[in-house]
Amino acid sequence: MEKALLSVRNLHKEFDRNTILKSIDLDVNKGEVIVIIGPSGCGKSTLLRCLNGLEEIQGGEICLDGKRLQKNAKDISSMRQKIGMVFQSYDLFPHKTILENILLAPIKVQKRTRAEAEAEALKFLEKVGLADRKDDYPRQLSGGQKQRIAIVRALIMHPVVLLLDEITAALDPEMVHEVLQVVLDLAKNGSTMLIVTHEMTFAKAIADRVLFLEHGEIVEESRDPKAFFEMPETERARQFLKSFEY
Amino acid sequence: MQNLGIDVLFKGTNSLRLLSGLWVAVRISLISVMISILLGLIVGVLMTSKNQILKVIFRIYLEIVRIMPQMVLLFIVYFGTTRVFGWNLDAELAAIFVFSFWGIAEMGDLVRGALISIPKIQYESAMALGMNGKQVYYHVILPQTIRRLIPLSINLITRMIKTTSLVMMIGIVEVLKAAQQIIEANRRSSPNAAFGVFAVVFLLYFLICWPISKLSVYLEKRWS
Repeated sequence: MEKALLSVRNLHKEFDRNTILKSIDLDVNKGEVIVIIGPSGCGKSTLLRCLNGLEEIQGGEICLDGKRLQKNAKDISSMRQKIGMVFQSYDLFPHKTILENILLAPIKVQKRTRAEAEAEALKFLEKVGLADRKDDYPRQLSGGQKQRIAIVRALIMHPVVLLLDEITAALDPEMVHEVLQVVLDLAKNGSTMLIVTHEMTFAKAIADRVLFLEHGEIVEESRDPKAFFEMPETERARQFLKSFEY
Repeated sequence: MQNLGIDVLFKGTNSLRLLSGLWVAVRISLISVMISILLGLIVGVLMTSKNQILKVIFRIYLEIVRIMPQMVLLFIVYFGTTRVFGWNLDAELAAIFVFSFWGIAEMGDLVRGALISIPKIQYESAMALGMNGKQVYYHVILPQTIRRLIPLSINLITRMIKTTSLVMMIGIVEVLKAAQQIIEANRRSSPNAAFGVFAVVFLLYFLICWPISKLSVYLEKRWS
């Protein structure tokens, strides 16, 4: 079997003595799109945050490309460049223009030249249909547009894995589509992604694998999303999916 | 109508004396404000640190500054240190020290407040892009903090300028003291000078502080 790009072994996370995640094992292969679903508070966002080093873990290990992630600052920085993350809230830097938002990390962190990074940024902006907004400030953009920029800002770092943490949860319904379209295109082009979402139709359409998390554990894992969403094997997943029907 | 006594200022070098007094006040406050802003930024960042010892030290510092009247601080630094430590401090230096001591604490507290008002997600999304602590502060947090700080710190600056009138108590001839001297010297020839000259002093303070608060309104609008 092909060696996993990102592998998580026995990951354990506590917060104030409450166990948030217990013995999570997960292998993410190159080009795979994994969707993580589960009731709120189940630890799915925390899992993504652990993978990005935003949360300290109390046990287990995370390996990227076979290399175990350490806690020192240099390692964390290089890991974060390889593992891009987009958050639920539109987290653009409000004091910088769209273009500056995108260019900040490639120029300052990866020490790329402005000309080269800018050329790539413009290409990305073209792809998400926002090239004409490059000199605007984030406050001038809608939520959906901001979220598309946040995706571009993560992509320009050339991450090998992209973590998307409920990126449409704070959007108006009509803006959800434009953001998900961008994510779908990424999936088609072979990006490796871990997606936490409450958009079940979207999850079904994009997922290669579905993880159902509850109380910090992977309750069900399915490599056949269609079957999973039709009829999950576990009772808890069935209950959860039922809550989306009216 | 009564003579307002402004004519005194046109006698001899009186107006020049008043203006050089004003310059002394502006100089003391300018230097203190600059020191306060620079060191206040650092102190403010340190105030948000998780280190308990640092937190307690800065808490005590801030409380001392808040509780103690500026004049008492001035007296301690100028008169107090002379006998005990044998320091012969220049009065202006003592004034700058006290005003900076005050300004750094208040500025630090303003910076601390502005820093914690920046949403956590701003730190996280910057870190998620691989930035290290310094880069996160320098490129993402500080620029936003400074924008939030402008109106608050302008308030502090104008307060510092106004409070320089206290330094006449340690023998510095700033604008208020110069005005007093002019009035005293002309007591016989223009007994009404107290009104006119102090009114001019008021006007001078206004002319210094008003553009500063205008600037703050402008910057606030531009960056909002």
